[in-house]
Amino acid sequence: MVADPASPPADPAHHARAAWIGLLARAAPAELAACLDTAPPLPDFALLRGPQTGLVMLRGRAGGGGAPFNLGEMTVTRASVRDAAGRIGHATVRGRDAAHALAAARLDAALQDPGRHAALRTAVLDPLAASEAQRRSTLARRAAATRVDFFTLATQR
Amino acid sequence: MAYVAVKGGERAIDAAHAWLAAARRGDGTVPSMQTAQIREQLGRAVDRVMAEGSLYDPDLAALAIKQAQGDLIEAGFLLRAFRTTLPRFAAALPVDTAAMRLARRISAIFKDLPGGQVLGPTYDYTHRLLDFSLLEDRPAADAPEAGAHPGPAPRIPDILGQEGLLEADIRSDAEPFDITRAPLAFPAGRDARLQGLARGDEGFLLGLGYSTQRGYGNNHPFVGELRVGEVDVEIVPAELGFAVCIGTVTLTECQMVNQFAGSKTEPAQFTRGYGLAFGHAERRAMAMALVDRALRAEELGEALTAPAQDPQFVLATCDNIEATGFVEHLKLPHYVDFQSELETVRRLRATAGSAPGAGPPPGAVPPDEPP
Repeated sequence: MVADPASPPADPAHHARAAWIGLLARAAPAELAACLDTAPPLPDFALLRGPQTGLVMLRGRAGGGGAPFNLGEMTVTRASVRDAAGRIGHATVRGRDAAHALAAARLDAALQDPGRHAALRTAVLDPLAASEAQRRSTLARRAAATRVDFFTLATQR
Repeated sequence: MAYVAVKGGERAIDAAHAWLAAARRGDGTVPSMQTAQIREQLGRAVDRVMAEGSLYDPDLAALAIKQAQGDLIEAGFLLRAFRTTLPRFAAALPVDTAAMRLARRISAIFKDLPGGQVLGPTYDYTHRLLDFSLLEDRPAADAPEAGAHPGPAPRIPDILGQEGLLEADIRSDAEPFDITRAPLAFPAGRDARLQGLARGDEGFLLGLGYSTQRGYGNNHPFVGELRVGEVDVEIVPAELGFAVCIGTVTLTECQMVNQFAGSKTEPAQFTRGYGLAFGHAERRAMAMALVDRALRAEELGEALTAPAQDPQFVLATCDNIEATGFVEHLKLPHYVDFQSELETVRRLRATAGSAPGAGPPPGAVPPDEPP
């Protein structure tokens, strides 16, 4: 969506935050929970909204690149929190896992704290980024193993 | 049609549903199936239910399949009903299929296209012989891996569009029509048609697409490109104001290429039909692309001769949840309805019988026969 005016964010701070919000949302819930076990404890928080399950309408483009059309919806769960220092964290994750959305929102708030950011990056974001890269690499490598070269034979008439 | 409420039968209905639950479970000595098994091992059924239920959620689709005993239309119905209980938070940015992380990508018209041909996990080239080894619980072989993908794999219109031989997409960011929010009116725009087809019944779309190949609506299709893979889902949450990639979904995209003789305003070129489907669903995406192209007949100035070219016919009947509701409601009580029809028929027969020279037709049922 590079061509879309909404993406990527113009502000570099937004860019970094968009990257970690996305990474937390795309993580497998069990893996995120495991990372949190090894991370420094997150600050106390108050729920501002949710966790609440709802829908996002997915869209395609006619012909792949034309006018948008509605393809169908996807379940998502969102949550917003305010931590003890007043930092606001938001999350929208695929599926219906409230614990996932809540953990992601708390992490979004905590990652905005310069005092916590580096430790959380090491304990949570780096491992999640590594597993996502690993999953994508496996997909690409399996696809590459099925790459084929078709030969056209002379038509026999 | 008038409906009249019926009362009674609660005990029988409870007993019937209890039996249904027992029948769903089947032989208790066979281990119960987990929804994770359905999600992982019946993925094509999950994909179909997500498409026809119009809700991307593999876990819920697996649950629906289990609950419906594998009746995929019933499962789609369950998913469709569930979605009506949820608020819609946002619409995602249109997916960028050119940036798809490919599992499969083939073209039937160009063998050497940039990015290459990738077979992926396909049933093509299998012999369609039952594999009796699956009766045993053997571990599957690991999928082989090879050096990763060399470079980007642009979509076929992006490759061929330059010469003008292939119809180009006209990009816009217009807000699309939503058939779940507004009643469908005709003539329907392509956005509404694509939304309807995307959740249409696969069998119905397949039959319609096939009909265009059998001469009902004239077009000669080629698979310009078929790709399956992961795409990013990006939303712009109101509270953030910038785009975030909150997840990935697997989609199948089909670019069907058709010859077009040209019109008063357009030179001869190849036109395209488009299919996009949840999950790995090649048959659905191809059928959708064939029907999408057929439905463009009027726009392209072609003769309207076949059912697949009639948007009202196709869109009003392709939804299997609506279709099954209307067909299956016929088995629910219609006693009063039928009683009134019965009386009408009796009256007509009595009138005909009293007319001079009219006798009962041969083999007619006597009017007073008990029902």
